[in-house]
Amino acid sequence: MTPRQKRFAFVAAGLVAIGLATFFILNAFKAGVMLFYSPTDVVAGKAPQHKTIRLGGMVEKGSLERQPDDLTVHFVVTDLAEKVTVSYTGILPDLFTEGQGVVAQGRMSPDGLFMASEVLAKHDETYMPPEVADALEKGKQRAAQGAGPVGGEI
Amino acid sequence: MSSGGPNWFKYASPMAFYPLAGRLIPWFAVPAVVLTAIGLYMTFFVAPVDYRQGDAYRIMFIHVPAAWMSMWLYICMAVYAALGLVVRTRLSSMMAQAIAPTGAMFTFIALWTGAFWGKPMWGAWWVWDARLTSELILLFLYIGVMALRAAIDDTRRADRASGLLALVGVVNVPIIYYSVQWWNTLHQGASISMTAAPTMSRIMLWTLLVMTFAFWAHAFVTSLMRVRGIILERERHAEWVAEMVDETK
Repeated sequence: MTPRQKRFAFVAAGLVAIGLATFFILNAFKAGVMLFYSPTDVVAGKAPQHKTIRLGGMVEKGSLERQPDDLTVHFVVTDLAEKVTVSYTGILPDLFTEGQGVVAQGRMSPDGLFMASEVLAKHDETYMPPEVADALEKGKQRAAQGAGPVGGEI
Repeated sequence: MSSGGPNWFKYASPMAFYPLAGRLIPWFAVPAVVLTAIGLYMTFFVAPVDYRQGDAYRIMFIHVPAAWMSMWLYICMAVYAALGLVVRTRLSSMMAQAIAPTGAMFTFIALWTGAFWGKPMWGAWWVWDARLTSELILLFLYIGVMALRAAIDDTRRADRASGLLALVGVVNVPIIYYSVQWWNTLHQGASISMTAAPTMSRIMLWTLLVMTFAFWAHAFVTSLMRVRGIILERERHAEWVAEMVDETK
């Protein structure tokens, strides 16, 4: 091997070693890297019980309830498998809507209610003009009514 | 390399690359200015509002290209650093040195615009999720590479030390890119990938691409200008620099 090939082998082996080390470290700290727990984790008891945690998932449609006299809201966070009811007093972010992603920080109360101190909205990677969103929504409704998509059948 | 055609290896020499870089700069400077103007016009006047995020999503047209450039320039810097370590061409280390400040600037822009986007959309300027944290580490890596180089007076040792740090740090780039897939993050996933159709309307996609090429051209211009300065500084005792200075007198 020429000195240059030796140096190349050294650099390549070093990169592989560092890559592997990073992989194992990140794997070991997987729970620490996760920003939030899913409702399934919380219900199964995988999340710490008496510590502040973040709970993430989708706000279940039709689950949002506002108290008439103050800013307290209740809503259900679901990952389509399990559900956790969240209680939060404060102003919700603009993007907070039913059927969309949310990350709430807080802790579980003994009666199974998640008492949130902070609620963050999680938006998805879809971007489109409102007209397109309207058209998609209408198409979905048509499909739900059994008419099927336009031109879908001969 | 006795066959016909230009001998590209000749441009590995700083003396041959200096005038070439000078000739290349206008070819990137003009697209950088024109594409930035077109891209910003499309950002603010052509691209439609988003169905959920309204006008605030327009930050994306600065944020996403800056974030892409921050990762891409780091890879470029690491490749040059590796060439400098393995092949020991002087120009490679100079290019690695020249790219770093531009990469750091794009990383900062990505983090800064991301905070501006996060506050109205998520409800928080900053969250310690995997995407944001790994991008912050990228900024520290850029700064670390530059600081390590600046701390060592001997140029060859500085090249080697900072090149090694740049190479070690390259593991962070796939972590940034895949963080939104591997872990739960507040940051949304990728809208554009090589394996699936983009999840945004076509005009938004075009605006994003125009801005990306504008930023890329900007990176070329600043890196080439900077490397010319580095070449002159490092070769100041060389005969060709003295001759060139004499000619311009």
